[in-house]
Amino acid sequence: MTVKAGEPKSRLDPEPIARRDFLGMSSLIAMAGTLLFSVLGMLRLPKAAVLSSPSKKFSVKLPEALSAGEAFVPPGRAVALFRDGEGVFAISTICTHLGCVVKPMPDGFECPCHGSRFGVDGAVSRGPAPRALDWLKVSSKGDSWVVDEEKKVPPGTKEKA
Amino acid sequence: MSTPVIEKNQAMQVFKDNLRAAPRRLLDATFRSGKPNTDRKRSTFVFSNLFLHLHSVRTHRWTLKWSTTAGLGIATTAAFLITLVTGVLLMFYYKPYPDVAYDSIKDIHFVVPTGRFIRNIHRWAANVMVVAVILHMARVFYTAAYRKPREFNWLIGMGLFVITLGLSFTGYLLPWDQLAYWAITIGANIAQSPREVTDALGITDWFDPGGFQRLLLLGSDVVGVEALIRFYLLHIMLLPLALAALMGVHFWRIRKDGGMVRPADADSRLEPRSSEEIYPVFTDAPAKTYQLAAIVRGKTSAVGRGPENTLPSMPHLFYAELAVLMLTTLICVGLSLISDAPLKELANPAVPENPAKAPWYFLGLQEMVAFSAVMGGIGIPSLVIIGLGLIPFLDREEAGTGEWFGGTGGWPLVRKSIFVGLASAILIEAFVIRFGWIREWFPHVPQLVITLINPGTLLTLIYGLYSVWLVRRYNSTRAGAMGLFTVFLCGFVVLTIIGTYFRGPNWVFYWSPADWPKH
Repeated sequence: MTVKAGEPKSRLDPEPIARRDFLGMSSLIAMAGTLLFSVLGMLRLPKAAVLSSPSKKFSVKLPEALSAGEAFVPPGRAVALFRDGEGVFAISTICTHLGCVVKPMPDGFECPCHGSRFGVDGAVSRGPAPRALDWLKVSSKGDSWVVDEEKKVPPGTKEKA
Repeated sequence: MSTPVIEKNQAMQVFKDNLRAAPRRLLDATFRSGKPNTDRKRSTFVFSNLFLHLHSVRTHRWTLKWSTTAGLGIATTAAFLITLVTGVLLMFYYKPYPDVAYDSIKDIHFVVPTGRFIRNIHRWAANVMVVAVILHMARVFYTAAYRKPREFNWLIGMGLFVITLGLSFTGYLLPWDQLAYWAITIGANIAQSPREVTDALGITDWFDPGGFQRLLLLGSDVVGVEALIRFYLLHIMLLPLALAALMGVHFWRIRKDGGMVRPADADSRLEPRSSEEIYPVFTDAPAKTYQLAAIVRGKTSAVGRGPENTLPSMPHLFYAELAVLMLTTLICVGLSLISDAPLKELANPAVPENPAKAPWYFLGLQEMVAFSAVMGGIGIPSLVIIGLGLIPFLDREEAGTGEWFGGTGGWPLVRKSIFVGLASAILIEAFVIRFGWIREWFPHVPQLVITLINPGTLLTLIYGLYSVWLVRRYNSTRAGAMGLFTVFLCGFVVLTIIGTYFRGPNWVFYWSPADWPKH
């Protein structure tokens, strides 16, 4: 059927668009789509496939004289290790508030940045910290201990010697 | 046909004359309009100069009054220009790589001639810029200059304010000293603090905007090389470009919105000028045949003075601006001679400083994140930004525009609000310092309760209710806005002072640093 230009059409039977307009519109839409998806793809740019962070797993020897309730902090690590009658356990010293390193004290931990306090088991006792300090996975390996900072364990988990 | 012959001596004479005239002609070519000693030349001086043509040719006398703007916008701009120049100089020696960065700042301090002085100026100019931009915002607010048609420019100004704080923050991270390292750590964790909510709701595993923001800033899951490069890029490139672009829009809009705000009856309130102050206008024969300009001679009221009570921008406005520029420079240089920019010990990821304090302008924020990270660091600041942005769209009144503390309520309302703002902030702080907060009373209370109900949110609520009450009491949105702005300003001051002077190790309250426990 032929359509005469200017003839009123119903919405159900719309005016066919000219080939030139159709091709023009298609190329515009195609370009917009390409741009959109390439930009979406490039949004991954800020995160490298391999992050440059040091290994989160390390092994440590506990001093013989470490008494129950006394914290041992391996140099350069934000972890406090403890040993008591039930075994060895590790508590992260990274404050759950804003990431400062908390200081082990005889009665728990205290944060220098915003005043959070934690009990000996890492539970929040005051201050803005939203949750308890993380307990970390400890496993024995010969006479030393391997701490995995990426593996959290439920509070109270202790590893027998 | 013969070619014209110039005598040898004559050519030499012309050459010598031209050589002698060269400096003057260079000057003529640069400033084409010549000495601005007539009204038309003063106008040409402005609009034929790329840097000056942002100004209008003539400036209203109300604008030139010292009390109209106090020169605070120009002071902010001047401080920015100073940081720009000194910042580029510092880039010759600064190296954005952990540890090396620290050494390079030390080099700038101790090895580079004038390096310490330039770094001091950079640091002080940044501080002056923060102060000036806050005061400028207060000036615009209290003179009701944000009102129609200047709403959009108020929003641009808020953008400039936020970018200024962003520049300050990214700036003090670069030396990679203890302050820098722990500020990055805390900043990145504030970005991550939406986890406080998602953790409480138990949805962090599949919806973690906090973690994403932190990763975006740090480029890694630890604070290191990637983080330093990102903050460096923000500090020297992205933020300054954004600032410069918005500054351009800001200034352009001032012109487009009709110059500085002034009261409707400004003309009648200005004192008449003495005759020797009056610059004659239209003294030249018209350069083109503008009929109107040509016939304005004779006994018209506009003859003998500028139209609409204005003065030529050159020299009146420019000399005032130049004075503010010089004063700002003087302040920055003076402070730099008195006090050195700080440099703490090399960053130590194992031990934060105790107390670990941000620069003064963030200590109010630090005080608030010490109540709740997500509320103090993200929630309340966002509310303040949204509230400030809404003000020009809610306050559609017209009374008092262009007057200090103009509008319903006026200075008595501001005075009352200062009292309310200071008193409620001090009382809440005193209560928290004396009695602690929910966690100390009920150790097992869910975190969400503390996130929602903490001294920061409580103070915000009190301020909000006070403002709503003012709207009802005075039957005016302007009254509510004026109260709200004042109480928040007071809250900011109280929290900043407490954070600066009364917080010691472990962020515990002390009356003076002399009482801090000795280690």
